[in-house]
Amino acid sequence: MAEVPAIELKNITKTFGETIANKDICLEVRRGEILSILGENGSGKTTLMNMISGIYYPDHGQIFIDGKEVEIKSPKDAYDYKIGMIHQHFKLVDIFTATENIVLGLEDEGRYNLKKSAAKVKEIADLYGFVLDPNKKIYDMSVSEKQTVEIIKVLYRGADILILDEPTAVLTPQETQRLFAVLRRMKEDGKSIIIITHKLNEVMEISDRVSVLRKGEYIGTVSTSETDESALTEMMVGKKIELNIDRSEPHDTADRLIVAGLNCTNRENVKVLDNVSFTAKSGEILGIAGIAGSGQRELLEAIAGLQRLDGGSIIYNNPKTEMQEDLRNKTPIQIRELGVRLSFVPEDRLGMGLVGNMDLTDNMMLRSYRKGKSAFVERGKPKALAEQIVEELEVVTPSVSTPVRKLSGGNVQKVLVGREIASSPTVLMAAYPVRGLDINSSYLIYNLLNQQKEKGVAVIFVGEDLDVLIALCDRIVVLSSGKVTGIVDARKTTKEEVGLLMTKTFEEGGKD
Amino acid sequence: MLGFHIVKRKNMEWWKAWLVRIGSILLGALVCAAVTVFLTGKDPVNVFTTMVDGAFGTERRIWSLLQGIAMLLCVSLAVTPAFKMRFWNIGAEGQALMGGLASAACMMFIGDRFPNWLMLIVMAVTSMLAGAIWAVIPAIFKARWNTNETLFTLMMNYIAIQFVSYFICVYATGGSGKIDVINPVTHTGWLPAIGGKSYLLNIIIVLILTVIMYIYLKYSKQGYEIAVVGESENTAKYIGINVPKVIIRTMIISGLLCGIAGFLLVSGADHTISRDTIAGRGFTAIMVSWLAKFNPVVMILTSFLLVFFEKGSIEVSQLCGLNASFSDIITGIIIFFIIGSEFFINYQIKKNEKEVKAS
Repeated sequence: MAEVPAIELKNITKTFGETIANKDICLEVRRGEILSILGENGSGKTTLMNMISGIYYPDHGQIFIDGKEVEIKSPKDAYDYKIGMIHQHFKLVDIFTATENIVLGLEDEGRYNLKKSAAKVKEIADLYGFVLDPNKKIYDMSVSEKQTVEIIKVLYRGADILILDEPTAVLTPQETQRLFAVLRRMKEDGKSIIIITHKLNEVMEISDRVSVLRKGEYIGTVSTSETDESALTEMMVGKKIELNIDRSEPHDTADRLIVAGLNCTNRENVKVLDNVSFTAKSGEILGIAGIAGSGQRELLEAIAGLQRLDGGSIIYNNPKTEMQEDLRNKTPIQIRELGVRLSFVPEDRLGMGLVGNMDLTDNMMLRSYRKGKSAFVERGKPKALAEQIVEELEVVTPSVSTPVRKLSGGNVQKVLVGREIASSPTVLMAAYPVRGLDINSSYLIYNLLNQQKEKGVAVIFVGEDLDVLIALCDRIVVLSSGKVTGIVDARKTTKEEVGLLMTKTFEEGGKD
Repeated sequence: MLGFHIVKRKNMEWWKAWLVRIGSILLGALVCAAVTVFLTGKDPVNVFTTMVDGAFGTERRIWSLLQGIAMLLCVSLAVTPAFKMRFWNIGAEGQALMGGLASAACMMFIGDRFPNWLMLIVMAVTSMLAGAIWAVIPAIFKARWNTNETLFTLMMNYIAIQFVSYFICVYATGGSGKIDVINPVTHTGWLPAIGGKSYLLNIIIVLILTVIMYIYLKYSKQGYEIAVVGESENTAKYIGINVPKVIIRTMIISGLLCGIAGFLLVSGADHTISRDTIAGRGFTAIMVSWLAKFNPVVMILTSFLLVFFEKGSIEVSQLCGLNASFSDIITGIIIFFIIGSEFFINYQIKKNEKEVKAS
């Protein structure tokens, strides 16, 4: 059977600096099928699709379209090969109408005939069952309507191969069903559709075949009819890897931070934290697992006093005074004045935890410069601390007066973690502290966290690598779309269990 | 495809960086000479000697040059904390003008009721207050409602200019449409001349302010907070800096210094007020400050550079019968080259390696 695939990728490799985003990926998409690309965050799904749609250019490898090798150097090239991508973040001009956005950038006739274009837009919409008013302005549209515009924009340009990056992330369940209906109609029309996603239930529902990526590598392709969710989870997260992280049994634990019923809505009025409750104990590492954007950032920022909450409480048990303090909606300074020794290693190291253009000494000062009544800063102690951290954590830097942005990622992180630990915290929160770090630096960070745990600090560790979470933490809180879908014992759980909890939607949770 | 691409440099030694800067100023001067020769047909060497002569030719010219530097430097010092905080204070012109207006009003209406020293203190204080009020209004709006400070401060300039126009209309001396030198006989409210040098006190005051601003930005806790807010507002929030408070406080300081600039211009130089008292220094100061990377000591150098080229090219244009725009052209060319040099300090241009064809 020699059916020529619509697109075939052979040994596609793409690196960014030292990071390998895609390694020797081989993949094929057939005519008239829906293919899901499944993988965790950072597994290289979007990078791969960006290479098909002309945004990136592969370092190695070949792309074949209908059996012919092609070179896709720009999105325009991609359109010429009838490939269109619908990005996760829409690229629309707010004050233009749907039609204006759709024809924007097309040069075929020299000048626009908007009436004709609007008719054509209507025709496409009717063909596939989209509901869209061609003359509606973007700023009047809902997220789902904007997505419709993006899809029609691609179809208008004649695309036969559509790539959708996380199309359901912003949709309600009803809107998702409507989108799926449209996609099925397009499939019947002979179009090839690629969906990037990490939602297992949707993969099972909509796609014919699934290709799985893990950490930039191609794992395999299976037919949806011949697989199930747990098999896919295993492909996605991989077999358990033995990590040699020394994990001691927690001793003398006490409830340090009791988080109850946290609710938070973001600026777009989306609920990012929904009734989140858990307890962080001293002498224990509490892991927080979840797909990126499930509310981890908001949760940690709420505890650190950087995020306003709609409801709930964050009770801190002060080990010195035995007093209970509610930290909710307090500023970082107020939290500090209560005697709460809270350290926070934020996800955005150079944009939040440190100041890239300042040197190591001045970055040490961020936490301590207020001390004393003098109107002038005292750089002696911060300098000594910087030198101490450089020595103890083996930070590679020309000197302590080098701007931290010039250091490598691992060294930047050592500086940040070193500073946060230096204030001898009782609660230490670390968001993705080993992201982008090499294996040695990662182990150094794990050891530092373990040392803090043994000192009786309540450590909260937000991670993305499930192997690490399971090997390092004592208990794991799993978040999905801002809700706690489970709190598991890390010593007893499996990757599959955590993986399923991570992708569980609340509707399912109610049924279980 | 282009045959080259641009790569960020790792680090350039400071002395190399300065060589690039000096080289680019010299290159800029050459282009200036070429433009001048093209426009006037004069010998380029002659043009340069005329420039130097315009700036340093006589004792009077030297004093005028120093005064020009001091005044530009004073306004630059004023805008520096704001820009270091990345608050785009385009309104120094108006803030200084309000300061000048306050000084002039004091001179006219308090007259000889106070002894001169007390008079000067009253003038300085009211000028600083006026400048600070003009600066703090946009700051409050920015801190509270995140309004765009660039537009806001710019608009405040026009209001300040209209205020002065109104003042001049009402109090103009004998239908001349302008205000003559105030207190020409009693010299009340005039900064005293030291050793017969009328600008010396101005220059000393600005030098003291330069040192204070240098220490404030580099060694004070407030200066540190300004730097953190300017570099990353997220970091500032993360460590608990009250960002709105820092914005308002810093703009008050900026406004106070603008007020002093207005006071010095009215009391120490012009002894009158006009719409043109600040003479665009509020805008030129932004360049002085940025070119010096907010280092007040380096700002002495950058303001010297700008004032020198201004004075020098005015001399050339007078000699060759060109109008005042000539000086703007020369200044523009020099600034273009100075800013351009920063590009070559931070980036390097690499030739493309031959593309490896995918196999």
